[in-house]
Amino acid sequence: MKIVIIGAGKIGITLADQLLREGHEIVVVDEDQNALDAVGTMDVLTIPGNGITKETQIEAGVPDADLAIAVMSTDEENLLACLIAKKLGVGSTIARVRNPEYSSGMRLIKDDLGLSMALNPELASASEIARILRAPSAIKIDTFSRGRVELHKVRLPEDSPLDGMKLMELGKVQSGVLICAVERGEHDVFIPSGTFALQAGDRISFVAKPRIAAKFFPKLGVKTNPVKRVMLLGGGRISYYLAKQMLEFGASVKIIEINPETCRSLAELLPDANIIHGDATDEHLLSEEGVAKMDAVASLTGIDEENVLMSLYARSVTDAKIVTKINRTTFSHIIKSMDLGSVFHPRYIAADHIVRFVRALQNSYGSNVETLYKIIGNKAEALEFRATAKSAVCGVPLMELQLLPNLLIGAINRGGKILTPGGRDTIEPGDTVVVVTTVTGLNDLDDILDKRRAKA
Amino acid sequence: MNYRMIAYLLGYVLLLIGAFLLLPVIVALIYGDGGLFSLLLTALLCAALGGLMMLLKPKKDRTMHARDGFVMVSMSWILISLLGALPFFLNGAIPSYLDAVFETVSGFTTTGASILNNVEAIPHGLLFWRSFTHWLGGMGVLVFMLALVPLSGESIYLLKAESPGPSVSKMVPKMRTTAKILYGIYFAMTVLQILAYQLGNLCGWGEISFFDSVCLAFGSAGTGGFAVRNTSLADYSVYVQTVTTVGMLMFGVNFSIYFFLICRKFKLIRQNTELRYYLVIILGAIAIITANLMLTGGYFSDLRDAVHHVSFSVGSIITTTGYGTVDFSKWPDLSRIILVLLMICGACAGSTGGGLKVSRIVILVKTARSELRRLLHPHSVEVMRMDGKRVDREVIRGTSAYLVFYILIAVLSIVLVSMDNFGRTDTSVTAVMATLNNIGPGTTILIGPSGNYAAFSALSKTVLILDMLFGRLELFPMLILLRPSTWRKH
Repeated sequence: MKIVIIGAGKIGITLADQLLREGHEIVVVDEDQNALDAVGTMDVLTIPGNGITKETQIEAGVPDADLAIAVMSTDEENLLACLIAKKLGVGSTIARVRNPEYSSGMRLIKDDLGLSMALNPELASASEIARILRAPSAIKIDTFSRGRVELHKVRLPEDSPLDGMKLMELGKVQSGVLICAVERGEHDVFIPSGTFALQAGDRISFVAKPRIAAKFFPKLGVKTNPVKRVMLLGGGRISYYLAKQMLEFGASVKIIEINPETCRSLAELLPDANIIHGDATDEHLLSEEGVAKMDAVASLTGIDEENVLMSLYARSVTDAKIVTKINRTTFSHIIKSMDLGSVFHPRYIAADHIVRFVRALQNSYGSNVETLYKIIGNKAEALEFRATAKSAVCGVPLMELQLLPNLLIGAINRGGKILTPGGRDTIEPGDTVVVVTTVTGLNDLDDILDKRRAKA
Repeated sequence: MNYRMIAYLLGYVLLLIGAFLLLPVIVALIYGDGGLFSLLLTALLCAALGGLMMLLKPKKDRTMHARDGFVMVSMSWILISLLGALPFFLNGAIPSYLDAVFETVSGFTTTGASILNNVEAIPHGLLFWRSFTHWLGGMGVLVFMLALVPLSGESIYLLKAESPGPSVSKMVPKMRTTAKILYGIYFAMTVLQILAYQLGNLCGWGEISFFDSVCLAFGSAGTGGFAVRNTSLADYSVYVQTVTTVGMLMFGVNFSIYFFLICRKFKLIRQNTELRYYLVIILGAIAIITANLMLTGGYFSDLRDAVHHVSFSVGSIITTTGYGTVDFSKWPDLSRIILVLLMICGACAGSTGGGLKVSRIVILVKTARSELRRLLHPHSVEVMRMDGKRVDREVIRGTSAYLVFYILIAVLSIVLVSMDNFGRTDTSVTAVMATLNNIGPGTTILIGPSGNYAAFSALSKTVLILDMLFGRLELFPMLILLRPSTWRKH
């Protein structure tokens, strides 16, 4: 696809890099030549100029492009650029809109602006962190059907009661859970069948409804400390969104912020949260505010070094879940070598969201993929398809379908109701179906059938 | 430096050259007048050596930095010149290996300077190879490779190092597609020129054999200038000469213009500063030289004849091709000086021509003018514009540095070549100018359109060979090879 990225900032460059890897044609527009030089080594076309003007957009080929992504520094610029791009005839537009005050009104104006997606990196990051905090033992969580189905990845602990259990026996332990992929050792990835036996140390991915997933964790032998008390260090936008979500979830939230102005406005916006004015790098203050008694501590200041220090300190005084925000994408192996709990790169999260959108957009040309995740280090894919009346799989009990090897149907969403599929279930038109597979390049629900076997 | 990656890519280039050598092999088979064995042997040698080097394909580290890109480009040009010279040497058509290398470098760099006294004695297969090197060198073998091999983003350095001009502009986001488009336009225009020659055969406007028309088209497409007759283009009909004039001038235009033409972006063509200057310079030069020749008298009997031959010569020199219909080395001083100036000026950036490039001249003149204005208004802020867009300060700085190196290399070469002592100072000067700017013939009788470079000493030939490579690769890639720190490990 042809994609024009307006704004060569941090997210713009990360996006260009990731979309390039997916084989798209990328044009990057920015006024600042130095910023463009930073992308100069990538195989992209760079256009200097103001991305909001019609002339520059025409020069960048916006009229024939499939997608324009505006990631300049201010929301207003991005919205304006997208509006112009849409008028010039671009396929879809994505704007970064990060001001919390705009976010709520976004629904009102999104259609009028012709905006396909409004990306709020801080909100996306906060949601990601909130999801991890709600299920503190999961390594990674992806969502389908607007959050009604979740794909969890978790490591089976040494003393797990499921060690050695065959998957067909799993129903006795917990119904409504489907283990769809198992990683063992360094390289092995299995799409398991019923006779597959689990081993301690496996990293398993399973599909379930959020409520059932929460019930399933203790049965796996995974300790879950439901997060009741959260401490957020730094009071930026991510902290605001995260605090809001955690409060809704019923947790008590304490935010430590150094800027008195910010403290005041946070206190106004979040009346239920406990806002502390002070330096979060002050060891004495942290212990006074009870960092040791927290279930989760998130270091979210704008300075990576401070976040690393605070997380290391928190780790030394408590067993709580630790979350560390890192802006820089360099030195990743150093970051990995430290015990910083879950590390978040807001830039990657934002870019991931867009890449996912682009994949869906690309897939929607002649196919009906709703969502697509690369899981297990790109070795497998989890896709969500929408079944149409024409589909050959409809109305046939699943046990009679000749599916491709290494492919599994993880969940069926029928009008908001989630079915964990058994052999007698059928797929009906209008359902969305989550499929997990190591086979790549599926474009349509009918692609899950093994055509060769069906003929034979 | 990533030696394995460089070796792997060099191997690929050699393999390509081996494949390209099969074309002259076919020509040699058809004509059966010799050269078959030497061409086939060289093709096999290139393929074998290339295959071996490709075994070095790095397993992990495939990154290429700017330095690797530049080194890879200059190394590949040196390597293909050394190997491409083998058919002439093995066949015995050119007995000295140094001369054969001179001829091949002259071919690949699209210079067209020859050391052959009698071109017509060379077997057809070798003649074809000689002209074919022009075609390959014009757009660049590496650009061809880029069109075939998917490489990571860093390979932009290869394109930067090989394509002429102060800044490289991609036409489309993907470099591979850009390379494909460039070669597509190049190929189509070459075929068009061959067809135009053949049209003359059909309509009785002048006989030209198919072999000649292909070789001449290769020579003008790459703006090289190797002809297949001793008299260059003098013996062909007026129609053939006119087709060649138009062809040369068209290949001297930035290829982006043709891309804009295909995309129907006429506004961008109108905005193009370089194209405008290019046309103005050509018309101006034709007018001055024609007036000079007619007023001096004794060169052409009527004005039409004069305009025809002057247009041909101006086109041939400014695009750095170097074909000749008349011996311009016998023209009056003013005309010859203008031709030397055209040599230095050269064609447009992003074309197959050599020289300083019109766009560099425009940038330099504009820089000088704005410096002068700053003397009067020390606080004035100015932005230089080309094609209706701001010129980046980096580009201006790079252009000034380019001019400095250009002058230094030219002066050093002139001093070295002057040791041959031909009795006329302008022979050394124009010999260096004609090779450094990839033109071919100079403006003195010895090396003019009807002369050649056979008389130069081995040292001078070596200097001129290097000048041709320096000129074609636009100085910097070759200069980087000479810096010790390029080779130092860190």
